Amino acid sequence: MKFIRQLAIIMTISFLAELLEILLPLPVTASIYGLVLMLVALVTKLVPLEKVERAADFLVELLPILFVPSTVSIIANVEALQEMLLPLVVICLVTTVLILAVTGRTAQGIIHLEEKRGASGKCEPPSLSEHGV
Amino acid sequence: MNLEQINETLAQSAFFGMFLTLGTYQVGLLVKRKVKISLANPLLISAVLIIAVLLAFGIEYETYDKGARYVSYFMTPATVSLAIPLYRQMALLKKYPKAILGGIGAGVLTAMGSIFLLALCFGLSHEQYVTLLPKSITTAIGMGISEKMGGIPAITVVSISITGIFGAVMAETLCKLFQIREPIARGLAIGTASHALGTSKAMELGEIEGAMSSLSIVVAGIMTVVSICVFVRFL
Repeated sequence: MKFIRQLAIIMTISFLAELLEILLPLPVTASIYGLVLMLVALVTKLVPLEKVERAADFLVELLPILFVPSTVSIIANVEALQEMLLPLVVICLVTTVLILAVTGRTAQGIIHLEEKRGASGKCEPPSLSEHGV
Repeated sequence: MNLEQINETLAQSAFFGMFLTLGTYQVGLLVKRKVKISLANPLLISAVLIIAVLLAFGIEYETYDKGARYVSYFMTPATVSLAIPLYRQMALLKKYPKAILGGIGAGVLTAMGSIFLLALCFGLSHEQYVTLLPKSITTAIGMGISEKMGGIPAITVVSISITGIFGAVMAETLCKLFQIREPIARGLAIGTASHALGTSKAMELGEIEGAMSSLSIVVAGIMTVVSICVFVRFL
């Protein structure tokens, strides 16, 4: 019963998200609207985590299986794939290296910058030993 | 029974596609447990086995899809559910907001920019360009965007898989090469560059790496959707 109620909450948000997709002229899919709606509902405690997490964890586990039919449909798109195979592979490999490098170096740079600021900006509290405690 | 009869029989079945999907996925999970390499991905193993069965018995894709298409019904609710793992990582996001948003933001813009430039170099059509734009994000978000923008979802899934496997295999080497040593930065880099497949590798590297990488999957996905709305006009 509890599982069904959890599923009902997720389906309600999915339905609302679908309405947004139909009504709003943005090129955003229902799943993204729903993801953001669910996150807002959780952060505002409108939906407490324990009221959805069992059904949600089940659905997330299911997620990779949902892509199987779309991946198989590649046999209906062999020609289109052959046409762009070389650019596809080159783009996948080159951009993955670039993205990894830029994301990692940027994040690391920000962390080091904040650490430096934190170290020089803060007044060191007098240590206890100085007061002879 | 000859092949034609097999085909005719299966064409009447409502569960053949579902049976084949879930059955081969179980095989995929089993193989993944036995061989611990990134290429042993249950989704890919399942898809390859199904394609092999369809080709071997001359079964039409439509016969398979008749039963299998119902799994995609759960695509939206399952993607909505990705908010739950993200919410569990919320404490991390609040602790390092600048590093996380700055790092992933820079990565997403690099993705868009580099795909655009390379698409230009290769003289790709608009359809091909849009197909590749979401190639670094999770399939849950990338496939829908590709479809919505006029790309070819099946090819987007292939490019997402290639990206993920390459990222998972090369993650450690690339982090060393670019001297990314902070566990937080390593996790963000791997998750942003190679989504869930890379995240499985990040989890092996360490707990912080894994948490940061899984957080990046959804954050990078949402940022990519916003950026694509702009970049889709360029080519």
